[in-house]
Amino acid sequence: MKKPALERPVLLDVQDITRLYGPAKGCEAIDFQLHAGEVLGIVGESGSGKSTLLRVLAGLEAPDAGRVVYRRHAGEDVLDRDEAELDLYAIGEARRRALLRLEWGLVHQNPRDGLRMGVSAGANIGERLMAQGQRHYGQLRATGQEWMRQVELDPGRIDDAPRTFSGGMQQRLQIARTLVTRPRLVFMDEPTGGLDVSVQARLLDMLRTLVRQLGLSVVLVTHDLAVARLLAHRLMVMRRGQVVETGLTDQILDDPQHEYTQLLVSSVLTP
Amino acid sequence: MHSMTNARPRLTVSGLHKQFLLHGQGGLEIDVMRDLSLTLHAGECLVLAGRSGIGKSTLLKMLHGDYCIDQGRIRLHFDDGTLDLETLPAYAWHGLRRDVIGYVSQFLRVVPRVAAVDVVMEPLLARGADEAESRQRAETLLARLNLPERMWQLPPGTFSGGEQQRVNIARGFIGEHPLLLLDEPTASLDATNRDVVIALIGEAKARGAAMLGIFHDEDVRDRVADRLLPLDDSLGARTAFTPNVQETLS
Repeated sequence: MKKPALERPVLLDVQDITRLYGPAKGCEAIDFQLHAGEVLGIVGESGSGKSTLLRVLAGLEAPDAGRVVYRRHAGEDVLDRDEAELDLYAIGEARRRALLRLEWGLVHQNPRDGLRMGVSAGANIGERLMAQGQRHYGQLRATGQEWMRQVELDPGRIDDAPRTFSGGMQQRLQIARTLVTRPRLVFMDEPTGGLDVSVQARLLDMLRTLVRQLGLSVVLVTHDLAVARLLAHRLMVMRRGQVVETGLTDQILDDPQHEYTQLLVSSVLTP
Repeated sequence: MHSMTNARPRLTVSGLHKQFLLHGQGGLEIDVMRDLSLTLHAGECLVLAGRSGIGKSTLLKMLHGDYCIDQGRIRLHFDDGTLDLETLPAYAWHGLRRDVIGYVSQFLRVVPRVAAVDVVMEPLLARGADEAESRQRAETLLARLNLPERMWQLPPGTFSGGEQQRVNIARGFIGEHPLLLLDEPTASLDATNRDVVIALIGEAKARGAAMLGIFHDEDVRDRVADRLLPLDDSLGARTAFTPNVQETLS
């Protein structure tokens, strides 16, 4: 038996990121690497700085210090070496926006932040495709229906506006809208946060399947350790703006080393 | 007696220590393992023996990456070299578990809403296997373990302990991992299904899998074990605490 190939190229290289609004408010000196195909969970209580960090990583908010480097062709044949490494906040605003729209994806906790509530479900799904240059109406519509099926929405409702959907359906529509362009890297902020428990379970299973089928790399922010256990390969535990512990998800939850992680894990209620 | 002459080591453990430090309990230190060493060969089932709380499950969890390796070495041997688990970066464990180290725990961690057959086939899909073929293999295993066909499409959350355990066993064996960790896989099974598990272990040996197991049932132990590794108090726990941080803290 041969040794397994366990090395994975680095997709996102986060170097010493600091974004502070006040003392211990925000995130400070964050260093980590996301490897291709990995789901990294960032866990912590509210106010731990995990959402601030996600906003910096996702290109929405410039850090006070540090760099976010995207290795664009990690694991692929490099065609244009100039563009192989992108320093997220060193490239221009237009270039950054194009990157976010074309190669990355962001799933907000509140689907209203990620959807256009006034236009149809189909138009929501088609928007990123049109931004990539697709113009063929029939093709866009067919892709829209296919994605609605994929996220378990009734394709017959393609012309309905998202405001007529339930919260769980809106969240699934937001996921379809984000993943339709097959982004390599997806950021998710409490994707199951505002949903009823029964709806959450269904969405979690769907996300697991999509991550596997599309080979996504994901940075997931959640305060829910059960969600983290099901979705994340690896965890980063944050407290007061700093990372206190990182490791394999099972290790963090079954053999936490840091005092704070032990407290967090032992405080979870199990029904 | 099983012949060791041609078998090559697949796993060597040397000088393994494990201590839990509980910050919430005023920095309580619990030693659960001291200086444990073992060698496991391809095609062999080594059974851990010893009283409850001596550290048998702890060892399996260290080998699976669930528990940190504080001190000592765990090495996997391949045709083209060795892999040290105590220095393996966290991101590499995911692939190692997918392809090399399988684990059958006592309890199924239920993913809500997912059908039993999908739970079983997931390890194959994770390797990119064909879906129809994976489903076929999952159904074959569930049928062998006498899980009624009408239950295959149901989520196992509401199943009995024995039924959940059979789903768990099918999920654990389907991937045919070269190293399998078995934590009391027959604990809540009837005699018929115990025999099925014993047959599955025999087949795994025949294809060269190395297995490290815990079996409290002496009959099962005698039938699957090629060697016994007795853990006693000089190797294992110095305290009477159960080595589970979560339980101890709560």
